[in-house]
Amino acid sequence: MSWKIGGEAGFGIKSAGISLGKIFMKAGYEVFDYTEYPSLIRGGHNTYQLMIDSQKVNGVSLAIDVLVALNQETITKHAGELVDQGVIIFDHENIEAKNLKLDKKINLLGVPLSVLANQAGGELMRNVVAMGATLALVGQDLAIANRVIKDTFQSKGEGVVKNNLQALSLGFEYVKKNYRQKFICHLPTKTDHHNILLAANEAMALGALAGGLNFYAGYPMTPSSSILHYLAGVAESASIVVRHAEDEISVINMALGAAHVGARAMIATSGGGFALMVEALGLAGMTETPLVIINVMRPGPATGLPTWTEQGDLQFVLRAAQGDFPRIILAPGDAEEAFYLTAEALNLAEVYQTPVIILSDKFIGEGNSTVPKFDTKKIKIDRGKLLTEEQLKKIKDYQRYQVTSDGISSRALPGMIGGLFVANSDEHDVYGFVSETSSDRKQQVDKRQRKLETMAKNLPEPPVHGNLKGPKTIVLWGSTKGPVLDVYNSLPAEKKAEIKILQLQYLWPFPVDFVAEILRKSSKVLLIENNNNAQAGQLIAQETGIIIKDKLLKYDGRPFFREDLVAALNKL
Amino acid sequence: MLTEKDFLTPNRPTWCPGCGNYAIWLALRQALAELNLAPHNVLLVFGIGCSGNGYNFTKAYAWHSLHGRSVPTAVGAKLANKDLTVIALAGDGDGYGEGLNHLLQAIRGNVDITYIVHDNKVYGLTTGQASPTSDQGFETKSSPQGTTDEALNPIALSLAGGASFVARGFSGQAQHLKELFKAAITHKGFSLVDVFQPCVTFNKVNTFKWFFDRLYNLDTQAAYDKKNLGSALEQSLIWGDKIPYGIFYQKDKRELTASLPVLSGAALAKRPMNIRNLDKWLAEFS
Repeated sequence: MSWKIGGEAGFGIKSAGISLGKIFMKAGYEVFDYTEYPSLIRGGHNTYQLMIDSQKVNGVSLAIDVLVALNQETITKHAGELVDQGVIIFDHENIEAKNLKLDKKINLLGVPLSVLANQAGGELMRNVVAMGATLALVGQDLAIANRVIKDTFQSKGEGVVKNNLQALSLGFEYVKKNYRQKFICHLPTKTDHHNILLAANEAMALGALAGGLNFYAGYPMTPSSSILHYLAGVAESASIVVRHAEDEISVINMALGAAHVGARAMIATSGGGFALMVEALGLAGMTETPLVIINVMRPGPATGLPTWTEQGDLQFVLRAAQGDFPRIILAPGDAEEAFYLTAEALNLAEVYQTPVIILSDKFIGEGNSTVPKFDTKKIKIDRGKLLTEEQLKKIKDYQRYQVTSDGISSRALPGMIGGLFVANSDEHDVYGFVSETSSDRKQQVDKRQRKLETMAKNLPEPPVHGNLKGPKTIVLWGSTKGPVLDVYNSLPAEKKAEIKILQLQYLWPFPVDFVAEILRKSSKVLLIENNNNAQAGQLIAQETGIIIKDKLLKYDGRPFFREDLVAALNKL
Repeated sequence: MLTEKDFLTPNRPTWCPGCGNYAIWLALRQALAELNLAPHNVLLVFGIGCSGNGYNFTKAYAWHSLHGRSVPTAVGAKLANKDLTVIALAGDGDGYGEGLNHLLQAIRGNVDITYIVHDNKVYGLTTGQASPTSDQGFETKSSPQGTTDEALNPIALSLAGGASFVARGFSGQAQHLKELFKAAITHKGFSLVDVFQPCVTFNKVNTFKWFFDRLYNLDTQAAYDKKNLGSALEQSLIWGDKIPYGIFYQKDKRELTASLPVLSGAALAKRPMNIRNLDKWLAEFS
């Protein structure tokens, strides 16, 4: 079922949606949500869409089954998105829905949202009344919903819980009494899988926490800010430092200072903030300081579309900062991958002593989905060639930037006896002292760049989904994984058998041989990216010499909807 | 017992003969030795410029940062390992031009680091352009008709920003400078020491003699109360035939590493790093 609620900012659209998502999660369903909102705090037009499915769902459709309209604008703008026999839940006492000129049959469920909300204690609870109405419509009872409401409002006191329970019940009873057997969609309670509901932003914060993060600096920037908010909220219980610095330049330099003395440091921003961090990104490469940098992408350039989604920063982060230095770039495809990859990113940063960039985007960064509870047994902590004081004592003539075959040198921390060195922004010798000699320059560049070869040997291969033996290949990266897999899973079996989906997860160093072999052996290749310029396509061409001609690109600030993909996948 | 020689690397300075930086270099080494701070427990965060090149010949753990960014780097390092003595260094172009906002924010946070600004009122390493502290009318390559802008007053600015320790030193008074550094390093909180250090190559106006003719020492004035912000502000605005130096202001204020609950106990970087159990946080998403 595709459920959408619309209204002004401040109407509690998202909170109602997430509660409904949790209710269906506990009723045994998979859910995925998607919000559209302008960059403002009050007013404007906001929507929250919830996909509810028996199967894993990681994308949204343009079509909606149920539309909850908290204002007139929602009907005007979105009634056309309803499927045949779709339902509008609206307050018939103050919203007009009669003269809709639609070429399909729509069920109008007038519910006096305002009156019932006020009866329960206040106008603000119209969203909860609508939740109750929705649950009645799909044949749920209120057992799970009552529990979720209690959990959600517990911290606000008994009175708030009681009022919301009543609002829920009033909406539920109104629909039961007035509209029997009106709706096609039936969603009975099934087995609870004990999943969790969260977005990739929170998943990355939790992955970092699990993986030993102890220093986070940030500067607010949509759509990355919820990472800062989440970590600030748990800072005390996790005993970590979370610092809101004066700007992104300070953020990254502060994090480098912390990492230099031994903290596990991470920062997050979006493209504009990343742009400000670029000089220090090179500093991390030059000083060989571990750092994890998350870029939750939004459409650029400049301020762009602050609250919308795009995969437009790949070529930017690949090349950001002057000079050559090794970096790792990885892109999780969903919240679950985001969790495990972030924990691993902290290891990679320390093992290779260089910056690791995680590319996410607004679509998965803010879109909640049901995922299996995270398993910290799958996580390890690897600090690479970090020395203990005892190990350091045994080394005569310690050289922080010793030339090694894998490009990685042992690392002492300030405070350790016998480990003095300069972490130097200038080119340097093995101790870190400035050196402009031809031999030192070449030796240190070669040493640093050798890490790329070591990484290439050790980093995992890209995941391949679908039928691994299928002759046709879809190439994608990051958040397009979910929508494409959703549609792939709905294809007829014979079509599915023809297709494999190559997900570029570690984008740099690029898995050249693996990708080249798959592409060469494919009878047909389709590249799907959420940007204008086919940035991964450019990368593939650069690294393999293979130019992918068939491309499905989208760059209007929206993710791929199912409808965008169905024809393309069927045609493949 | 440590001596200033314990803070020397095998490298020799690359500053011009007679440069005001030599006295800062010596005074800092002496201060560290007299405070018995071993080189391995000291992190010096240098900026970019003539002052920044000091890392090559000063023995301690060192970070040679980006132009303007020594302060946030030092703040991060101190938060992550509060056991280290962390000193940020910069020049006047570096610290008051490129990185000025970091100074004001570090003052607000009052993290226990010392910030030494080598203030020669000119860009040295880029061969002599006007800096934020150049006096109006100062003729340089970038201001051949004389600078149009008024000089920045880092002392008044820091006082107004709420700094807990604000001082001005002079390279012509190395003994006094050493004492200033000791006071700044032992001060619990953010401390700024702006040091006049004549650039003998590119600043022919603000010479050693120019400063000797004008400077008077607040620290030797019995009547001066360095706890009085009003007096400090008043002194900070004096500029011309007479210029004050010494400790303008010092106040005990809440210091961040000592007051953040998450930093009580062992230094962050010294704690064991274990996989965290997520149960207490996952409930919210269940």
